[in-house]
Amino acid sequence: MSATFPEAAQPSFVRHPIRLTLNGQERELALLPWITLLDLLREQLDLIGTKKGCDHGQCGACTVLLNGKRVNACLTLAVMCDGAELTTIEGLASGDELHPMQQAFIKHDAFQCGYCTPGQICSAVGLANEGRAQTTDQIKELMSGNLCRCGAYSNIRDAIEEALPNCLQRGQQGGAQ
Amino acid sequence: MNPFHYSKPDSVRDAVHLAGPASRFIAGGTNLLDLMKENLTRPEHLIDITGLPLREVSETATGGLMIGALVSNADLAWHPLIEQRYPLLSQAILAGASPQLRNMASTGGNLLQRTRCYYFYDASVPCNKREPGSGCPARQGLNRIHAILGASAQCVATHPSDMCVALAALEARVHVQGRDDSRIIEFADFHRLPGDAPERDNQLADDELITAIELPAAGFSAHSHYLKIRDRASYAFALVSVAAALDMNGPIIGEARLALGGVAHKPWRDQHVESWLVGKAASLETFSAAADAMLQNAEPLEHNAFKVQLAHRAIIRALSDAAQGGQA
Repeated sequence: MSATFPEAAQPSFVRHPIRLTLNGQERELALLPWITLLDLLREQLDLIGTKKGCDHGQCGACTVLLNGKRVNACLTLAVMCDGAELTTIEGLASGDELHPMQQAFIKHDAFQCGYCTPGQICSAVGLANEGRAQTTDQIKELMSGNLCRCGAYSNIRDAIEEALPNCLQRGQQGGAQ
Repeated sequence: MNPFHYSKPDSVRDAVHLAGPASRFIAGGTNLLDLMKENLTRPEHLIDITGLPLREVSETATGGLMIGALVSNADLAWHPLIEQRYPLLSQAILAGASPQLRNMASTGGNLLQRTRCYYFYDASVPCNKREPGSGCPARQGLNRIHAILGASAQCVATHPSDMCVALAALEARVHVQGRDDSRIIEFADFHRLPGDAPERDNQLADDELITAIELPAAGFSAHSHYLKIRDRASYAFALVSVAAALDMNGPIIGEARLALGGVAHKPWRDQHVESWLVGKAASLETFSAAADAMLQNAEPLEHNAFKVQLAHRAIIRALSDAAQGGQA
């Protein structure tokens, strides 16, 4: 577990100022160095769409888009995100209009319990930004960093396969620069 | 994770002057932060090197490439010059980790990954690599994933990297900057065998920073293949992997490189085998004899004897695919 030490117990540790664009909004924060990006989002910024699964980079539930690229928020120090553009699942829709990848996940019933879903969708948007998945097999291989313990993989794959062309038409989404 | 101080220097010189025995450099952080979460390493100071100017891939005067230490694994695997000239390296990188981790992980950091031996990763049990002199439970314990070559009484761990297996075959060189000097380390010399100091994975001193990886001109792009065998189809560490690279004169082998992953404390090469292959015809008999020779000193443990036969077959297949120009 990441630590949140009482500040009185460690007076010599300083908070570091960072600035980032989070889901389109400028944020200025002062952070202790050991706070992960995942804990920052969930515990301090109340953005609980990003999920904590394994907390060790093995499951992909915490996937977010950092400068348009998918990363594991659990293995990212928030203090190292100074100047970054960050998109979480909360930032993908445009107002009431869902992102094409979100729409495709609903259409294909690409989840059961839903816990892995925000990470799956952010990862799939990152996949679209990378432009490297042309075939079904490539989608499967390049989504291997996101586990679904319910085993909704076939529907997840179908949703991504359908949404990829729409994502490409729409241009790079999710904080891509 | 323990509390720590954080700094972000903007020059290599400042970074190495900040470094000491209780500090660690951090770039991608994909392995370091995981180790810190498990309390396996407790640095007092993290030096964030992501602001250093080490992100270039450039041509060298000798026809090779210089890869900055901060180039991400994904950017390196998909770099046009790597895909064209060093497809072995591209394949090996893409065989490792997940897309998210490859976006984060750096070239330099990939070399510094620590073993995934489950005893090393369990702070409640002894481990000579974690606490020198405390013992090695793997030798008599569950050792299915452990080394069959080059191990010692103190340690039977394997090196986890795929990228490093390709870099060993390609005879890359590691450029390093210390507080007083810079130096270049041949890839074969960079990682260590465990011997009686398994706590040391490599030759780096505390103040030394990897600044670049240099690839020589020879990329074996026409005849190379990276074969990785693992427990599932994707996103798992190698049980056995093989980087095979050949120069072919018709059916005859002109030059050969062969490196194994998942079997030793470092990428495993045997230059006698590579020399022996030169001048031979590319055939099942030749490759089988090479596999015999590569594995003749294998010392399997209770649960990993299967790796000897698996490696034997994987060597033959990787060399065969390489000879046929296989890119699979």
